[in-house]
Amino acid sequence: MDNSKIGQHISGQFNKELEDVRNKVLTMGGLVEQQIEMAVTAFSTGDMEMAELVIKQDNQVDALEMAIDQECMQILALRQPAAFDLRLLITVIKVINELERVGDMAERIAEMAIQLSSIDSKHDQYYELEHMAELVQEMLHGALDVFARMNIEDVTTITGLDANVDREYGSIIRQLITRMMEDPRNITRMLDVLWIARSLERIGDHACNICEHLIYMVKGEDVRHLTQEELEKKMKA
Amino acid sequence: MTAQHTRTHSIDVSSILQGQKNTDQPLEPCIKVENLNLFYAQKQALHGVSMEMPKKKVTAYIGPSGCGKSTLLRCINRMNDLVDNVTIEGRVLLHDENIYDKSVNVAALRRRIGMVFQKPNPFPKSIFENVTYGLRIQGINDKRILEETVENSLRGAALWDEVKDRLNDNALGLSGGQQQRLVIARAIAIEPEVLLLDEPASALDPISTLKIEELINELKEKYTIVIVTHNMQQAARVSDYTAFMYMGELIEMGTTSELFTNPRKKQTEDYITGRYG
Repeated sequence: MDNSKIGQHISGQFNKELEDVRNKVLTMGGLVEQQIEMAVTAFSTGDMEMAELVIKQDNQVDALEMAIDQECMQILALRQPAAFDLRLLITVIKVINELERVGDMAERIAEMAIQLSSIDSKHDQYYELEHMAELVQEMLHGALDVFARMNIEDVTTITGLDANVDREYGSIIRQLITRMMEDPRNITRMLDVLWIARSLERIGDHACNICEHLIYMVKGEDVRHLTQEELEKKMKA
Repeated sequence: MTAQHTRTHSIDVSSILQGQKNTDQPLEPCIKVENLNLFYAQKQALHGVSMEMPKKKVTAYIGPSGCGKSTLLRCINRMNDLVDNVTIEGRVLLHDENIYDKSVNVAALRRRIGMVFQKPNPFPKSIFENVTYGLRIQGINDKRILEETVENSLRGAALWDEVKDRLNDNALGLSGGQQQRLVIARAIAIEPEVLLLDEPASALDPISTLKIEELINELKEKYTIVIVTHNMQQAARVSDYTAFMYMGELIEMGTTSELFTNPRKKQTEDYITGRYG
């Protein structure tokens, strides 16, 4: 199954509508990626203007979600799509929900960045957090790439990264606890950092969910709630 | 407190989850088609078609014009016998009995397998006489039996309330949708086992179409139904099983929900999503 799935309809108008939905999802994905990028940068550099911008732009993500939802609903009602077209639309509705949540996570990171900057401006000690951010960005980018290419061959590589994310998350928590114990005055700040770590960890989960939805779209097989090993086995089968 | 509450009132969802997986149960086949080839003179119209139609379920045939779906339907009650130059190879079994066997009485067979066509074809007689026609040619003239049959059949075809006060009016005065339901009433008056519907709603308006579809849903309680339709959404709405045919071959057959969400063959996918094959 490949890209050419869209674009062979006898009805040119239907082609256009599906293509349009797909492009909008990719635009939304791009925007969300940008939001994460900016939120993380705002946190590590203390750039408050950038953090404010992330918060301000979240309503664009929300608006896109609603617009795409509406479009999918219209196509479902008017065209009664079947088979791949149906799975595409159902998947889009689910994927944009995940993306919207990722957008919320980016917004939260930006909020925490603002709070933290009022306490201290040096954030370069959170090296691991930045590494974790890179990992989840890679996952989300990979997931969106799968959607763009409609090729699920390498999808388990993406979901496999989630274990690394979880490991880093655990290690950050241990670090934060240590600092809290060192000096209870750190607790407020560390809790904010914890929120950021938690948000990043969630973004990884959402990226995995998107991958699962995409497997359904391409193969028509529901692979949710499987372990990574089970998923790999299923994809090889 | 809350924990206890949930423990005592835990909601049982097993029945819902079970219902999802119940689709693979073995079904009792009513009609079996085995390796059926059909030729109109030299031209082969059906190529080795084999399939089973389960009892008291609706099976729909879909496919582009000229793919052989009507031809296949007409094989089930030997309507093709009436066409010149037709050669048929293979078997069609109704409850394990080959309907093409020499010993089979075709008239008796057609009483067991009723058929309704695309265009409503009531006889130019009264509504009452239309429904009782089949009984009368069987020699049944008992007024009480006839009246009972008329009411039951018209109720079965969801037409009774609309025509009960004018049973002696000419059937040709009914609307197209009513005529089609009358024809279905006529078909079920002789209590067949199987109903073959060849595009039963294609000449009707959307409301009449929905009434026919609703009727099909009720009729499958008692009859095995096979329907040919050009309208894929209609197949999706009314049938339990769908067979996709192309150029005289059966490409794919499966449960309707599976075939319309995740077809196995690319040709099926292309057809139901409206793409070039």
